[in-house]
Amino acid sequence: MFPANFGYVAARSVEDALQLMAKHGEDGKLLAGGHSLIPAMKLRLQSPQTLIDLGTVPGLRGVSLDGNSLVIGALTVHADVASSDLVRKHVPGLADAAAVIGDVQVRNRGTIGGSLAHADPAADLPVVLTALDASFVAQSPTGKRTISVDDFFTDFYTTALNSNEILTEIRVPIPAAGTGTAYAKLPHPASGYVVVSAAAMIVRRASGTCIASRIAIGGLGSGPIRAIATELELQGKPLTTQMIAAAAAKAAEETDPMEDSYASAEYKRHVATVYARKAIEAAVERAAK
Amino acid sequence: MAAEAQYAALPVSITVNGVKHDALVEPRTLLVYFLREQLELTGTHVGCDTSQCGACTVHLNGRAVKSCTVLAVQANGAEVKTIEGLADGDNFHPVQEGFREKHGLQCGYCTPGMIMTAVHLLEANPNPSDDEIKHALEGNLCRCTGYVNIVESIRWAASKMKG
Repeated sequence: MFPANFGYVAARSVEDALQLMAKHGEDGKLLAGGHSLIPAMKLRLQSPQTLIDLGTVPGLRGVSLDGNSLVIGALTVHADVASSDLVRKHVPGLADAAAVIGDVQVRNRGTIGGSLAHADPAADLPVVLTALDASFVAQSPTGKRTISVDDFFTDFYTTALNSNEILTEIRVPIPAAGTGTAYAKLPHPASGYVVVSAAAMIVRRASGTCIASRIAIGGLGSGPIRAIATELELQGKPLTTQMIAAAAAKAAEETDPMEDSYASAEYKRHVATVYARKAIEAAVERAAK
Repeated sequence: MAAEAQYAALPVSITVNGVKHDALVEPRTLLVYFLREQLELTGTHVGCDTSQCGACTVHLNGRAVKSCTVLAVQANGAEVKTIEGLADGDNFHPVQEGFREKHGLQCGYCTPGMIMTAVHLLEANPNPSDDEIKHALEGNLCRCTGYVNIVESIRWAASKMKG
């Protein structure tokens, strides 16, 4: 299978890529690792006239520390996120998620920025980064702006990025001591994509009560959904098995998942409560360490 | 700009199995077709052509990737290793030997991809558990259901490579 014909330009820098985007307008499309875009082009679901390759731009790869944040370059591949010592130490929930995307070969090539900009409703990273309260740096010809994860995913395959912006880095605040993060996923058995998944960040007092939390669920809507009812239920409560189960039971409240050939809406809502519980329990266990 | 000019073939320089190839490729040429049709290295197979089966697995700068989902232009300047580049003269790579010794193939279609993924695994983890071998093969499908012998072949190779 071949994509429809297109032209290709290797960008030399972010500024160069921005100029190329301005030149090609709606006919141009940014290429990162290509593991969402190339399959879509082979199926002729997308037929951009020109690909602007960010893979040739230096400086967009790797994980580093900047003050109290982890900074992940947009072109960092999933395998490198999953194996990063900084990620595993500070936000192991992100390593959980990066390690279950696709398969080994896909993780060696697919990038964090590409996945986020693609905004597949069945992707892993939007869910975990919602729980982690991440933010995204977008560069345009006029400068940079930072977009909160809560504002980033606006619809199916749609983000808050403007057509003249490039996602250059992902910033993840380093959680305070006593915080645990985790991700739990029910993958579709054939495709590996998310049927339902859940991510949790739990801030735990030494006495075992919950100070604060962020819980996100994937697979129930066009993007990740904050389980606000679950977060409120946990607030100030002792993190016992019963309390976690009671809070997780509210994870799918006020959601309206789409039924598909694999899972009914009712099944997805039920599975959301199960995976919310798994993610919270794993995060609590890490918080207690 | 004329359509022909816009889609014109571009020069690339790709090192495959240690040999540098300067070639012209259309932007839409997938790496697997560059290898198979321009370089006539047909050991790398096209199975599903949808990034799932792993028959097209090659190493790109030392990492296992699915060459049906990489554009040849993206490999410009890179080092590629295919199944043809594994043996040292007449001496098979231990993973190739393992597949022969432990009957790790039936029809053989998935085998080049299985072997390239296994070599990548053993380079990073010389002593994998059966579970780690199975997880490493999650992106490689065998429709003869030969997985038991494939895992055994890789275990055999790991033990041979330890010497």
